[in-house]
Amino acid sequence: MPKIKMPKGTPSIDMTPMVDLAFLLVTFFMLTASFRNAEPVTVETPSSISDKIIPENILMVTLDKNGRVFFNLSDAEARKEMLNSMLQKYKIGLSEEKVEEFSFMSTFGCTMQELPAYMNVEAAKRASFPTQGIPTDSTKNELLDWLTFAATAAGNTGRTAFEEAKLKGGEPKMEDFKPKFILRVDSKTLYKDAQVVIDVFRELNLNNLNFVTSAEAIPVN
Amino acid sequence: MAQIAESGGGDHGKGKKRAKKGSTHVDMTPMVDLAFLLLTFFVLTSTFSKPKVMPLNYPAKIKDKTDINPPKANNVVTFILSDDKAYYYRGEFYPKSRPGENGPTELTEANFGSGENSVRKLLASWNEYVIKNKVELDKKLDKKQIADSTYDRKLNALTVEREAVKVLIKTDDKALCKSFIDLVDELKIASVGVIAPTDLSAGEKELLKAKN
Repeated sequence: MPKIKMPKGTPSIDMTPMVDLAFLLVTFFMLTASFRNAEPVTVETPSSISDKIIPENILMVTLDKNGRVFFNLSDAEARKEMLNSMLQKYKIGLSEEKVEEFSFMSTFGCTMQELPAYMNVEAAKRASFPTQGIPTDSTKNELLDWLTFAATAAGNTGRTAFEEAKLKGGEPKMEDFKPKFILRVDSKTLYKDAQVVIDVFRELNLNNLNFVTSAEAIPVN
Repeated sequence: MAQIAESGGGDHGKGKKRAKKGSTHVDMTPMVDLAFLLLTFFVLTSTFSKPKVMPLNYPAKIKDKTDINPPKANNVVTFILSDDKAYYYRGEFYPKSRPGENGPTELTEANFGSGENSVRKLLASWNEYVIKNKVELDKKLDKKQIADSTYDRKLNALTVEREAVKVLIKTDDKALCKSFIDLVDELKIASVGVIAPTDLSAGEKELLKAKN
């Protein structure tokens, strides 16, 4: 019987298709991944079956598990307007660059007194900035002021965006451009603490709130 | 490992140089390694889902404190949250001093699972009327017999009907946000349309104290 000849040496496999695929995937993930801004606070949100995706133009109040209050306004223009109004009201000075920097930040939380110091801290170290968050007590309700100015500012930018969308054609709905009010609470936050914030919203007649939740499967039957 | 094979085209002494024959093989292993490393990194770090939101309408704040009697409604269930526990009673609140037809109000505990005595099972049986009618509406919507706006309007009307369950949520100082959101979630699963977070009354506080 003739022996089957085994090929000598290492067999070479053409890796080109695999490499093509790998690079395709790398490119895809690189382009689709959006990096989150550094948040000064970590929050583990509860889960719900809701499938409504978080809207664009938002005012978001974050409560960590100790009940500290943080605030975020999504629109950069509106942030600037809000901050300027706040600085004027509390008579606090902040340099032009810091105001500019503030408008591109995300969630923040400190008292108005602490704000200049808070802005001077490096972005990465703001998470460990010693603060009690935004005060909400009835005597010194800074959250109420932030919300008041933020709602006005976000309302204005929303209207401008709506007018622009209208000029571009199509039939935009005003409802989509109005600022939405979001509450992000930790699972372990006491509801009592959340209620304080909710009452501030209600004080301003903002009764349609949205809770941030992570997705959960809808139970069958 | 990186080598460029130089077969053929050797040095043939004097004379003209020949162009190299055959293909040049570049070892791609390091590149592939890097590509997969990056791929793994992006796969593991990217989060696909944007966070979701659960809308909830709060009752408008009453500026005039003289009129705080809530309007009466049929089929009201009151949930009381404390710590991570949930209690409920149906109908109006009757204190011990003024018992109703079925005696004074008592709190019953419910859990957030899906088994016996869970909020989900209880609500599914109480709110059967709405759930059944909603299924029919859903079918009509699927078959495009009704428009989206009509569907929303009909669903809203359905949830305020006499047979539909309306829910009051009351929380004590120890209640966690998790149980609150879990409860609202269960209410949405059971298609309860009227949800009102309100404050505990003195009588309810006493009942709760006795439970803990």
